[in-house]
Amino acid sequence: MLQIECPWCGACDQSEFSYGGEAHIARPKTPADLSDQEWGDYLFNRENPKGWHREQWCHTAGCRRWFNAVRDTVTSRIKAYYQMGAVPPEEDGR
Amino acid sequence: MTKRYSIFSLARNALSHHENWQEAWRSPQPQPEYDVVIVGGGGHGLASAYYLARNFDVGRIAVVEKGWIGGGNTGRNTTIVRSNYLWDEAAHLYEKSLQLWEGLSQELNYNVMFSQRGVMNLGHTLQDMRDIVRRSSANRLNGIDSEVLTPMDIKRRVPVIDVGPSARYPILGASFQPRGGVARHDAVAWGFARAADQLGVDIIQNCEVTGIRQVDGAVTALETSRGLIRTTKVGVVAAGHSSVMAAMAGLRLPIESHPLQALVSEPLKPVLDTVIMSNAVHGYISQSDKGELVVGAGIDAYTGYGQRGSYGIIEGNIAAIVTLFPSFSRVRMLRQWGGIVDVCPDACPIIGKTPVRGLYFNCGWGTGGFKATPGSGWVFAHTLARDEPHVLNAAFSLERFYTGALIDEHGAAGVAH
Ligand SMILES: Cc1cc2nc3c(=O)[nH]c(=O)nc-3n(C[C@H](O)[C@H](O)[C@H](O)COP(=O)(O)OP(=O)(O)OC[C@H]3O[C@@H](n4cnc5c(N)ncnc54)[C@H](O)[C@@H]3O)c2cc1C
Ligand SMILES: [Zn+2]
Repeated sequence: MLQIECPWCGACDQSEFSYGGEAHIARPKTPADLSDQEWGDYLFNRENPKGWHREQWCHTAGCRRWFNAVRDTVTSRIKAYYQMGAVPPEEDGR
Repeated sequence: MTKRYSIFSLARNALSHHENWQEAWRSPQPQPEYDVVIVGGGGHGLASAYYLARNFDVGRIAVVEKGWIGGGNTGRNTTIVRSNYLWDEAAHLYEKSLQLWEGLSQELNYNVMFSQRGVMNLGHTLQDMRDIVRRSSANRLNGIDSEVLTPMDIKRRVPVIDVGPSARYPILGASFQPRGGVARHDAVAWGFARAADQLGVDIIQNCEVTGIRQVDGAVTALETSRGLIRTTKVGVVAAGHSSVMAAMAGLRLPIESHPLQALVSEPLKPVLDTVIMSNAVHGYISQSDKGELVVGAGIDAYTGYGQRGSYGIIEGNIAAIVTLFPSFSRVRMLRQWGGIVDVCPDACPIIGKTPVRGLYFNCGWGTGGFKATPGSGWVFAHTLARDEPHVLNAAFSLERFYTGALIDEHGAAGVAH
């Protein structure tokens, strides 16, 4: 089983966590100014990379806090954890 | 010329101990140029190529596959075929496919072992039953066969199931589509490949597409592990790798790739002659012609490309099956595997054009595209040949994510594949 290291609780089984999908998707500040294309892009389009992925996890069955992780979507190895709102640890993370 | 399969060819080949069967399709070298190239040799890609060659006149066609044909989700799925989707757009598309299934073995001269043993969706709550009645009625209005069964109807058909009131999640009823069933997945890939090859399609295996070349927003060539292939028309049918292919063209899709697992048991004597699915307890089951129980459930919540899922899913899946069939608790499971499915926000496929001229995508079938294999090929071939969608896939464009005209099929496509 995949183990995930909660920044607050340490390593726990993946089944304790909820997946929050791609990280760093900022909600547009002025949605009304967006074209349908831009709004659809924000709502639905995703990077979905094969390889390193910056993504959100929540320790639902633990401390219930959110955090970010950089995970390889092929091996599921996680190489870095960082807080919500923080700058990603490696800009070449993808 | 490929010889037709028949009772006579079977008898003739038996005389030489089946050692002289002709190869089912050629293994040609890639040509420097084609009129149309299909990327992805799964069932959908091969069906697209077959119907393109059969129904239209578009010139030279190739299917390029990075591994071996049918080695993706086609060869990993649990082969449930049905058309009982809620909304008109989806119902019509899947029903077209089901009708093609009904004649497919004859059409391809290849036994795809399509077995219409019926598909049952169980209801365990009052809300489940309301949804079942609603969907069943919608299906009938669309001319699709559907019945609502009581627990006693279910028990009569499936004696081994527990419909008692003391079950953890008592069964209140089910919807039943008699024309649904299962088929032999490998045979679908091989049958379409053989039939397409006979019509002149080049099927090129071990050929991975690594780049899509464009000039002025139009496709000009594909970079592959076996060299450059020039073409102005590309149909991408890459299932779990659709986003990877889109990125090669500088596009992003409303798709995420997730692992989806399945398991089979040791072979048993016939015990289950239909397909049983339950969204509520989260599992489904059928029995293969070899006697194995074929079991599956939902996707892993996180994205992944590793063709394996997490143990938690297997545990939940087996728990669900044992709840429905207590006697199966003593069955030993033999094999487990995963595939990578391309999940769309509205649980419906994307079949159509992209902003790049000459580049078309057929993807987003998620956990439930096997049943659509012939229909998907039928409409995608039309879209590629005519440069406009067939009436059955017009609603399944990429634009729907910008107009908001989504087709929400989560009810018909969650755990049920
Ligand atoms: C465990 C499991 C159970 C399922 N159960 C059902 C079910 O019961 N009923 C149902 O209807 N559906 C089911 N599905 C879904 C179904 O399998 C898929 O929707 C369907 O097979 C997709 O068909 P395809 O032919 O497009 O995909 P695939 O067979 O995956 O074909 C895509 C092909 O593209 C190739 N490819 C990818 N990238 C490249 C590249 N760069 N260059 C060249 N080739 C490339 C891949 O190698 C692959 O062979 C299930 C899926 C899984 C994983
Ligand atoms: Zn925690």
